[in-house]
Amino acid sequence: MTFWNSFDTAGSDGMTAAVIKIKGANGDEIHAYTARPEGRGPFPGIVLVHHMPGWDELYREFTRRFAQHGYNTICPDLHCRAGHGKPDDVSAKVRADGGVADAQVVDDLVAGAKWLRAQPTSTGKVGVIGTCSAGRHAMVAAAKTKDWSAVADLWGGGVVMEAKDLNPKRPVAPIDMTKDVSAPVLGLFGNDDQSPTPAQVDQHEAELKRHGKTYEFYRYDGAGHGFFYYNRPSFRAEQAADGWEKVFAFFAKHLS
Amino acid sequence: MCTNIATKTKITGSAKSGEGWNRVDEATIGYDHATHTWVEHTVRLDFWDSRRPDADHIAVELDLASGRALLQRLEEVLDAAEHSGREVTTAP
Repeated sequence: MTFWNSFDTAGSDGMTAAVIKIKGANGDEIHAYTARPEGRGPFPGIVLVHHMPGWDELYREFTRRFAQHGYNTICPDLHCRAGHGKPDDVSAKVRADGGVADAQVVDDLVAGAKWLRAQPTSTGKVGVIGTCSAGRHAMVAAAKTKDWSAVADLWGGGVVMEAKDLNPKRPVAPIDMTKDVSAPVLGLFGNDDQSPTPAQVDQHEAELKRHGKTYEFYRYDGAGHGFFYYNRPSFRAEQAADGWEKVFAFFAKHLS
Repeated sequence: MCTNIATKTKITGSAKSGEGWNRVDEATIGYDHATHTWVEHTVRLDFWDSRRPDADHIAVELDLASGRALLQRLEEVLDAAEHSGREVTTAP
């Protein structure tokens, strides 16, 4: 089945998309961008983890894209506590402070999952997906809680970490949490990427196999980091088109 | 990839943006994903006024070679300034 362009032109295809507030980690009120298809559904849910460049326009488009394809979707603002402004101004502050703590991210994502399950159109199943640093966060969330029926790690650098790179915000390498991963995993990686390198992806895959985890990894020649980002030089059209099909096929399989 | 390469320092000075001149008292220097420059990663220079955390900050991003060139020229200017015989003043 092809997912792109698969809608019926007779349908009304509406959605509700808006910024809402949820109670995240530590009871903090944080913003989240949501998009929900119109109709009674029921619809599975997706928590979208945004990348380090910010809670940005790309992620708003991704949120709406998932809703377009029949998912209640929420993208929590993981940088909310740094204040508001243009996404790159906010993310610059977060970057200057060494990023956001893994534990806080997990709790914010779980808050997103809780919101999805509370929707009257929810099937109860929730997936989590992120790109870049957010792919890594998706793997941490998959190990730390059992809220997920599917997890997608798109080129997440830092799943494999050296001891010298551990710090109070990132105290444990996600690869060392693999035994606790509680959902099937989709991984998409560019073979020209430098973080994760192909060797690190090999390590990640070996660890998933060692622990008997259900996973699918797809590795693309001619692509590096961020190959879905059509607004950046990293964009690779053919690989991104195939990657999106893989994402939708994976969620259709595990969230239906 | 996200490099997590970033450091910051207190500074005393001013920066000019579309709003005009404003005080800045903090700078971050990093190397990470580019926002606007059409390369993967850039040296990132961000200047802030800590009294206005929600204001737009002043940002510059440079490719690595430009970062090196800027650093070299900056060191030349600083050396010249410190050996110029002129009184070194610190802004209040």
